[in-house]
Amino acid sequence: MKKIADKTVRWVLTASGFVTSVVILLIIGFLFTEGAGLFGEKVIEEGYVLAVNKDNPVRVLDAAQIKAVFDEDMTNWKEAGGPDLPIETFRLEDMDEYFTEEQLGPQYENAGTLITSLVASSPGMVAFVPESMIPDDARLVFIEDCNISPEEVFAGTEWYPTATPAPLFGILPLLAGTLWVSFFAILIALPFGISIAVYMSEVASERVRGFLKPVIELLNGIPSVVYGFFGLIIIVPLLQQVFGLPVGESGLAGSIVLAIMALPTIVTVADDAMRNCPGALREGSLALGATRWQTVARVVIPSSMSGIASGVVLGIGRAIGETMAVLMVTGNAAVVPHSILEPLRTIPATIAAELGEAPAGGAHYQSLFLLGVILFFITFFINLCVEYISSRNRAKNS
Amino acid sequence: MEKIEARDVNFYYGDFHALKGITMDIPQNKVVAFIGPSGCGKSTFLRLFNRMNDLIPGARLDGKILIDGQDIYAPGTQVDELRKNVGMVFQRPNPFPKSIFENVAYGLKVNGIRDKKFIARRVEESLRGAALWNEVKDKLDASAYALSGGQQQRLCIARAMAVSPSVLLMDEPASALDPISTAKIEELICELRSQVTIVIVTHNMQQASRVSDMTAFFYMGEMVEYDDTRVIFTNPSKEATQNYITGRFG
Ligand SMILES: Nc1ncnc2c1ncn2[C@@H]1O[C@H](COP(=O)(O)OP(=O)(O)O)[C@@H](O)[C@H]1O
Ligand SMILES: [Mg+2]
Repeated sequence: MKKIADKTVRWVLTASGFVTSVVILLIIGFLFTEGAGLFGEKVIEEGYVLAVNKDNPVRVLDAAQIKAVFDEDMTNWKEAGGPDLPIETFRLEDMDEYFTEEQLGPQYENAGTLITSLVASSPGMVAFVPESMIPDDARLVFIEDCNISPEEVFAGTEWYPTATPAPLFGILPLLAGTLWVSFFAILIALPFGISIAVYMSEVASERVRGFLKPVIELLNGIPSVVYGFFGLIIIVPLLQQVFGLPVGESGLAGSIVLAIMALPTIVTVADDAMRNCPGALREGSLALGATRWQTVARVVIPSSMSGIASGVVLGIGRAIGETMAVLMVTGNAAVVPHSILEPLRTIPATIAAELGEAPAGGAHYQSLFLLGVILFFITFFINLCVEYISSRNRAKNS
Repeated sequence: MEKIEARDVNFYYGDFHALKGITMDIPQNKVVAFIGPSGCGKSTFLRLFNRMNDLIPGARLDGKILIDGQDIYAPGTQVDELRKNVGMVFQRPNPFPKSIFENVAYGLKVNGIRDKKFIARRVEESLRGAALWNEVKDKLDASAYALSGGQQQRLCIARAMAVSPSVLLMDEPASALDPISTAKIEELICELRSQVTIVIVTHNMQQASRVSDMTAFFYMGEMVEYDDTRVIFTNPSKEATQNYITGRFG
């Protein structure tokens, strides 16, 4: 009887562990396949073509060039390696400017031919039209549509996922935004976190500590929207005034909110680390004539450094993936930031803000999964750091 | 000449009366051993000499302790100055998680000495004084934790000696060490007695008889007998002392 119970328990535990692992692996696999799908997508929106005059030698435009052409930032074919010829752009919306309603017909049945002949007769024109509209015998050429390249994604500085005809998926602004916000969050959280931890472990009486520690741990339980709201109504206006900014929503506001959110973790872990600093080391230092503060600064903090460091990394690792609060206070401008006082946008904020409007399976949708993969790698790396630091810590203490 | 004078010392951990009316004189440049069964108050008494018990909440001292004629518990006493003058070596080696060099230099640095040359010279002198120099001179930058237990304890002695104290307190300094390391520590104690007054707590009767000039026997918070080591071990005047050194209890 006992044996059977024993076996059942073992079997259930094994099975649940196994199932959990498989599910986690499946989720990661899903994330990766969806993310990698982006590179199988075409640059130009599906079902559409870019048609040019057959005398135009330009056959290839990359996504950034296409965007520049249609934004009229690029106005001459020679900038794309073609002849010295002004570029004219044509979108379906422009149809009324070129043709009358009678010409087009009640069902727009003549549109295809009209556009075809328009392009055929204007040497500098590029038309962004549905492929189905172009008659089969049209003597036009199409700009070659290539796959979205890793280069333009990983080295691209422009994030315009909804631009037509060619969206841009340069992740650098988002990556930079994430790293800037996190870096400044560490910069802010570290001194405060360590001071509070030193106060709690070295100065505060048992009673004060017994009160303070649960209160600080309580901060962990506050929903992040609340932090975001707090940031929005207190920190953002404050920054705007202090630095005389046009808008207060900025990377710094995000960093401050993240720092506040990371504090409980940093304080808790650092406080534990310092309290675990062996009494023998403190006594050794005091017995040499060191003051209490010299002892804290020269023995306690250095010997708990790895504990403190893992607290910081843990706190920030949590904060890096944080979405809501950051989304609310950073201004969400997807540009590579030149200063922490500018609006910027982080990876999690982007995913949260855009996933709702990205059609499932499309390039935009897949690009958001790719961002997820990148975030996964960042936090994975951070967790590795924690592992490394704490394993070194264990080795030192044994 | 008396280095340390204890006058009617009573010490309490809260309600617990740990030391009961102890009066004794410790002469300069002698080695004095404290012996007695576990829990009789040897460490407590020793730690009064560098005010290490100050840190214990609820602890209270009655009576006087004088070092060089100065009441070390008088108001206004600089505790860090006192501890610089009264070094201490603990039961378990407790080097800092720093390099060998930094361990020895620590006391100098926290006492405001910046002169690099002076520090380097003191570190070498102290390590030589602790008979450790030849073993570590090529790896001063290595972590102190890379040393063996015995070496670590000698490092702690060097560390204490670096600030040139005039008293060295040792609380069972060899109890965590192997016999060879113990022998080295004992040898060291004999060499250091010319520079400092040493008070050593020990469990080991042979050790007390080997290294000390005078021995005090403690029992249940009282100092039962205090005399020349030779007298204590050959002809004690109290029966309790006789029983203890012959191993009949404790
Ligand atoms: N921090 C403390 N708080 C309360 N009691 C203590 C403390 N330290 C020691 N004691 C008690 O005081 C007595 C003497 O201890 P100690 O001086 O360490 O003895 P010894 O060193 O002779 O073994 C023991 O009964 C011990 O339990
Ligand atoms: Mg003891």
